[in-house]
Amino acid sequence: MPPRPALLRTLKGPLVEGNPVTVQILGICSALAVTTSLDTAVTMAVSLTVVLVLSAAVVSLIRRHIPNAIRLIVQIVIVASMVIVIDQILQAWFFEISLRLSVFVGLITTNCIVLGRTESFARQNPPLPAMVDALGNGLGYSAVLIVIGAIRELFGAGTLFGLTVLPLAEEGGWFTPLNLMRLAPSAFFLLGGLVWALRSALPDQAEPPETLPPDVPEGR
Amino acid sequence: MQDLATLFVRAIFVENMPLTFFLGLCTFLALSRRLESAIGLGLAMIAVMGITVPLNQLIYTAVLAPGAWSWAGMPEIDLSYLNLIAFIGLIAGTVQMLEMLLERFAPSVHASLGVFLPLLTVQCAILGGSLFMVERRYDTPEALVFGLGSGVGFALAVAMLAAVRTRLAYADLPAGLRGLGITFLLAGMMSLGFASFSQMGAP
Repeated sequence: MPPRPALLRTLKGPLVEGNPVTVQILGICSALAVTTSLDTAVTMAVSLTVVLVLSAAVVSLIRRHIPNAIRLIVQIVIVASMVIVIDQILQAWFFEISLRLSVFVGLITTNCIVLGRTESFARQNPPLPAMVDALGNGLGYSAVLIVIGAIRELFGAGTLFGLTVLPLAEEGGWFTPLNLMRLAPSAFFLLGGLVWALRSALPDQAEPPETLPPDVPEGR
Repeated sequence: MQDLATLFVRAIFVENMPLTFFLGLCTFLALSRRLESAIGLGLAMIAVMGITVPLNQLIYTAVLAPGAWSWAGMPEIDLSYLNLIAFIGLIAGTVQMLEMLLERFAPSVHASLGVFLPLLTVQCAILGGSLFMVERRYDTPEALVFGLGSGVGFALAVAMLAAVRTRLAYADLPAGLRGLGITFLLAGMMSLGFASFSQMGAP
């Protein structure tokens, strides 16, 4: 049993410094597709966190019994079973939202975060740290999703969770919605901006330049 | 025939996998540093999607769809909730088989594609293609055309992004924007361009 500080560090590490989306470049696909409104973003974030924690726990429990050669297939089948459970639950109790998420709940199966964490962490660690690590990564992913979802819904429709925050011009208010925010490109721009902001705040995360300018004195 | 051609063009431009549905972005961003690897990835995508989407369509209608077992006197069986496991299994098998066949019969192609093939098992675009096929109820020829078209669309997008990124290697960017940040902005602008294809519309 590792001491508590180690567990805390495993939990807090992936929130900002090792964020799965902006630093590890994992799981971007779904992060962008479901963020047109805040409630789909939150649903997706919760589903992914649950799947991630459960599959990390299962993989970690049977980690000594998985043959190395077929471990990817075993892990994918475990993840896919978890996703099917979540998908059925969403369809049973949150049918409206599950229609709007369409195929993206199913695509949690191929979300790189889940497989990446089971492959790199849960496979070598006992269940408790594995679940804590999974929870941390899930929360880091959720944070990015919620920030982008909130920006897109607020400026695209003037609402948050469907409640009016900025009164629209056509309904007698003053706010003209930015239609770009509802379209695909804005998600790319926002995530690019978020990455830029994070890396300006934490300069050691910036990538080194691929080519260096030639060392010639200027002004000749 | 007309419909199939329209579907093909739609799948390439209007419903471009990475740029309008955000599918397969992980490999899209990671392997677009150099043009050669991007083209290799694109070719592998065309092959895998062209094979798996129609095969999954056959499996879905023959085994999983509601009522598929009515010939055996069990019309109430509905296995459609198993589609994720079935599809991902078939995709993993196809990728593995493609790799083995290429290694045996076309070693030079395998040498250039080899590294990307195993990655394609967990590619969201491929699984996404199969799930879209179910959601939109395509029949087999439509599934084949849709799979090929999506593969071509992905190949086109990744090759274009790689071409831009190689030029960008010499640009003097702000430190925080280097690498991932600027790639997102580029993809956003390409996505803006591809969004205009949806205005082309059917006549």
